[in-house]
Amino acid sequence: MRKEPIRIQLPASKEQFRSLRAGDEVLLTGTLVTSRDMGHKLMVERHPEFLKPLLKGTVIYHCGPIVMEKEDGWKIISAGPTTSSREEPFQADVIAHYGIGGVIGKGGMGEKTSKAMVEHGAVYFHATGGAGALLAKRIIKVKDVHMLEEFGVPEAFWVLEVEDFPAVVTMDSIGGSLHRQILADSAARRQELLDL
Amino acid sequence: MSQFREWGVELIKKAATDLPADVESALKRSRDSEVPGSTAQNVLDNILTNIALARAESTPLCQDTGLVNFFVTAPSGTDFEALKGDLIAATREATKRGYLRPNVVQALTGKNTGDNVGENLPYFLFEVGQGPEIIVNVMLKGGGSENVGAQYRLPDARINAGRDLQGVERAMIDAVFNAQGFGCAPGVLGVCIGGDRAGSFMGAKKQLLRPIDDVNPDPELAAFEARLVEQCNKLGIGPMGFGGKNSVLAAKVGWLHRHTACFYVSLTYMCWANRRAKLIVADGKATIV
Repeated sequence: MRKEPIRIQLPASKEQFRSLRAGDEVLLTGTLVTSRDMGHKLMVERHPEFLKPLLKGTVIYHCGPIVMEKEDGWKIISAGPTTSSREEPFQADVIAHYGIGGVIGKGGMGEKTSKAMVEHGAVYFHATGGAGALLAKRIIKVKDVHMLEEFGVPEAFWVLEVEDFPAVVTMDSIGGSLHRQILADSAARRQELLDL
Repeated sequence: MSQFREWGVELIKKAATDLPADVESALKRSRDSEVPGSTAQNVLDNILTNIALARAESTPLCQDTGLVNFFVTAPSGTDFEALKGDLIAATREATKRGYLRPNVVQALTGKNTGDNVGENLPYFLFEVGQGPEIIVNVMLKGGGSENVGAQYRLPDARINAGRDLQGVERAMIDAVFNAQGFGCAPGVLGVCIGGDRAGSFMGAKKQLLRPIDDVNPDPELAAFEARLVEQCNKLGIGPMGFGGKNSVLAAKVGWLHRHTACFYVSLTYMCWANRRAKLIVADGKATIV
């Protein structure tokens, strides 16, 4: 039997993020911010202050959405997760500096990020890769956008309001990681299959 | 707007929003083969719901609409320059209408061109066909999946791979293992054995134009494709890397003659969002499938 998903209102407290465990299904509601390669590079190299109040206690979504400008503002058309491991060199620093409670992405992240999550009480939320149309339905409003001109649409910081955004916790703040286990198992299978 | 430009927009829209039936059927078979109630099955349910939603609402099923690749086959005497101009214009228009995310950036500055057009992009491959019709295949190739493409030079002692089909199999098992966490599984493997380095990658990409249920006309390669899927699935990576039986949906394998000193195996990995569509123009009438 599947457990009922845990509902989380963003921003949330450190205790709430710390209480989550790898394997938990969640529904996120509230405000979050997208960022990917250019944003993470900027956050680590310059630590821009304007992001602090936006990020405190919420999560960064590794996502470059398709966005259309309509008469009544921006509209998100398609918005699934991008590969998180590209941000592995930056994520630990971003978690420490901005006090985020986690990131949403796909594919999981490495040991450096896992360590930062333990230290600062953050988690990794895994969303279904490629499910851009489905996940866009859970984004109910574009509240703001930063660095659009400089970074372009996919790389800009989009401040989004989400409702019941579905994800699975795959890395937690006590060092648990579903990705680590599957990687270890598949590495053993690889050795066998390659007759090494 | 020229007719070809309008057909081009429809072609791109079809590819971005309406996953081919053969891919969807393969994903349904994968879904049914996973353990009921498992995360793997739940992920595939999400994927299938997303496919239906994107089709019903004509929205791009994945936000990474990739780089646009056109494979054009047309009779000799076709005005290829005009055709290319129309398809470039179609790419710009499809971006403006929200069927494509602007993905193309200047290599060094990272500056987005805003319209998916740039140096060598969209990508074109023109071939002169024997028939009277013009065929335009479009493939939308996402960045995550493109990042896990790989080329092996056999023999390769690191993976115990020699210059034979077993060696090719081992190279592909290694590549699928390395794709874990990057390309969205279960993906499709476009494989080319032989060729020079550049030709081998192009040969691998062209294999991805074959439908999932297409059977290789070479019986030895047909058997090898089935074996490749079976062996790669033993890795247990599963849908989106959550563990499970389905890491690979299909493998499509071709070959090219090679220099006697060189033996390359190239993989072009396509994520489960295997987006392609075909425009056929005959007697001035267009059909998009």
